[in-house]
Amino acid sequence: MVKVTIDNIPIEVEEGTTILNAARKIGGKIVPPAMCYYSKLAGSGGKCRTCLVKVAKSSAKDPRPMPKLVASCSTPVQDGMEVLNITSPEVIETRKAIVEFLLINHPLDCPVCDQAGECDLQDLSFSHGMANTRTIESRREFPPTDIGPFIKLHMNRCILCYRCIYVANQITDKRVHGILFRGDSSEISTYIENVIDNDFSGNMIDVCPVGALTDKTFRFKSRVWFLKPMDAHRQCTKCSGRVTAWMFGDEIYRITGRKDQFGEMEEFICNECRFGKKEFSDWIIDGPRKIKRQSVISASYYENMIKPSVINPIGEIMEETE
Amino acid sequence: MGRKILLEKAGIPGIREFSIYRHHGGYGSAEKALIKMSPAEILQEVTRSGLRGRGGAGFPTGLKWSFLDRKCTNPRFLICNADESEPGTFKDRYLMEFLPHLVLEGLIISSFALGANTCYIYVRGEFKTLIGILQKAINEAYQQNFLGKNILGTGYSLDIFVHPGAGAYICGEETALLESLEGKRGNPRIKPPFPAYKGLYGCPTMVNNVETLAAIGPIIEMGGEAYASIGKGKSTGTKLISACGNINKPGVYEIDLGLPVEDFIYSKEFCGGIKDGKRLKAVVPGGSSVPILPAELILRTAGGQQRLMTYESLADGGFDSGSMLGSGGFIVYNEDACIVRNTWNFTRFYQHESCGQCSPCREGTGWMEKVLNRLEHGLGKMSDIDLLASIAGKIEGTTICPLGDAAAWPVSSAIRHFRQEFEFHAEHPEIVRKINHGALVKNQESNIQYR
Repeated sequence: MVKVTIDNIPIEVEEGTTILNAARKIGGKIVPPAMCYYSKLAGSGGKCRTCLVKVAKSSAKDPRPMPKLVASCSTPVQDGMEVLNITSPEVIETRKAIVEFLLINHPLDCPVCDQAGECDLQDLSFSHGMANTRTIESRREFPPTDIGPFIKLHMNRCILCYRCIYVANQITDKRVHGILFRGDSSEISTYIENVIDNDFSGNMIDVCPVGALTDKTFRFKSRVWFLKPMDAHRQCTKCSGRVTAWMFGDEIYRITGRKDQFGEMEEFICNECRFGKKEFSDWIIDGPRKIKRQSVISASYYENMIKPSVINPIGEIMEETE
Repeated sequence: MGRKILLEKAGIPGIREFSIYRHHGGYGSAEKALIKMSPAEILQEVTRSGLRGRGGAGFPTGLKWSFLDRKCTNPRFLICNADESEPGTFKDRYLMEFLPHLVLEGLIISSFALGANTCYIYVRGEFKTLIGILQKAINEAYQQNFLGKNILGTGYSLDIFVHPGAGAYICGEETALLESLEGKRGNPRIKPPFPAYKGLYGCPTMVNNVETLAAIGPIIEMGGEAYASIGKGKSTGTKLISACGNINKPGVYEIDLGLPVEDFIYSKEFCGGIKDGKRLKAVVPGGSSVPILPAELILRTAGGQQRLMTYESLADGGFDSGSMLGSGGFIVYNEDACIVRNTWNFTRFYQHESCGQCSPCREGTGWMEKVLNRLEHGLGKMSDIDLLASIAGKIEGTTICPLGDAAAWPVSSAIRHFRQEFEFHAEHPEIVRKINHGALVKNQESNIQYR
């Protein structure tokens, strides 16, 4: 066990833990945002640079600060390390710049994007971004590509986090898509109009932090915040069958994996559960799912709402007028 | 003539042939190292020589070699980084083209010192002719038992393979090079783990520049102390400088580190002064990725001392008034050069070569390119200059690999030293819309001192 201090909060974690995971153990506001890191996917992280933190003291042995900001998702903690996240103005400034970089080629078509309301980039730009934009340049544009029967790829919205590639590498049998080209013209695509057809390919939608990969069976059906997330399960031969069913009345609009407070899926689910079972009778509903994340969806929970101080305002007004 | 260590034999006709190279004393140090010396002794000699990495970073080679994980039982690899693609740098190409056996000799000694039995030369894909030259030299060395099994009866075996890259600048970054060598997309890895512990195929790997490895042979021949006596301070030995731009004699020169920059530019032996009797405006002293310096700062430091061709002297003053020796791509601009156009050109290169893995570099280089493109073509605004400086400042230090820094430094330094020119571009769009407007820019502003 090593002792590490993040924003003056000490915590003991196992050796080899990354700074980000140590911060997640503490929880709360000091957790750096992560757009590309996914704890369930080996090798992910280090790309989006939103989780950069300042290391004020490398370790107990070597008290020098690290010269540059480090990516907290890929830097292991050392004994006696002191990390500054929200207490360092430099980190806040840099994060603001990173959000700006992520947004300069993002189409900001949130009003027509299916991810709106549960979009990591939306949350990130709301919490860490700038209010204005400094670019007047045209954004990069890609023709829409068809990558299979269930998934729609909107390359314009992609922030190139590589998560879907790690999913395809690690969860599915065979990866048929990847990054083509390089620099700001790099794009996610299948090799020569290939089709992503795999039992677990639907997880790519859930890991996508933005609306680049969306569910074709749910597209334009409803805004996510109008739906009720419910924990549901069924007997499935391929996966655990534990999912979140997004319902409107008795109708199931879509099925996703269960996401934890950091936006990560608890378990990967199969395509049959995700796309094939949309009937109410297919599922056993366990109960409402609590969305712990700072999101517009969680705002519809009663516990997050401020209780009105006056129980019956109209009655009171009436009393007053009398 | 100055001392020549690396290029001593370069002028001999037919030196690419094994027999001629051997006749002129070649492979003597390989014999000496393999038969008479132990790997530890070679490492000691290299450490004593004070040789610093010639690829750009200038990290002491002996120290770097000592980091190699020697406890690991996996095979070790030595990789010769010949993916030289920085604009302005062409020294490795010269070495490999004219002295392939000198490079091989260095590779054999270094591999022996590091205990590596496999060595790869990662050649830039565009160097098609070099691949043939290197392969021919390797075949000759195999025939003469300087490569292969049981070299010279010492029981040490070494195989060298030439691996051509596919034309990406980023593959010159050592971890991207390893990915590319493994057959993957050439994206830089996230460090740690460093290649010295987990490199090629997860094995301990050492990646060195061609010039660094080529210098190992002469170091063994003359001894580390003698090598360290050349040069100045911590910058020891000789360095190849590829000079280009508006000078009378562009080319690859071997200089003793510590030569004054003024001598290098104006002496007949080296660059031979500025072409057509024009005046010196600016110099990029170490390849496109290092900060540009105006004439008065390249010849003298901010403190008034003479600027020398050493790692320390060129970096004197930090990035406020200094630059870096880098990889030795010495680009000289005369008074007619337009710095904005030049900066745009460099940024275009970095925008094209960014791997697209991490967001500041991917988006930032493209953004800078667009803003500079606007400014250069007379469509910019005054606020674009501060915007550029701000973008460059945000890319710097936030990326996975040094390409982001390399893209940001030229821009921020150009704005720092030549702000008037940027302002001129914003103020006089009708003038800068002409293609050759460098001289016109010059006439308008007066603050820049020429020599």
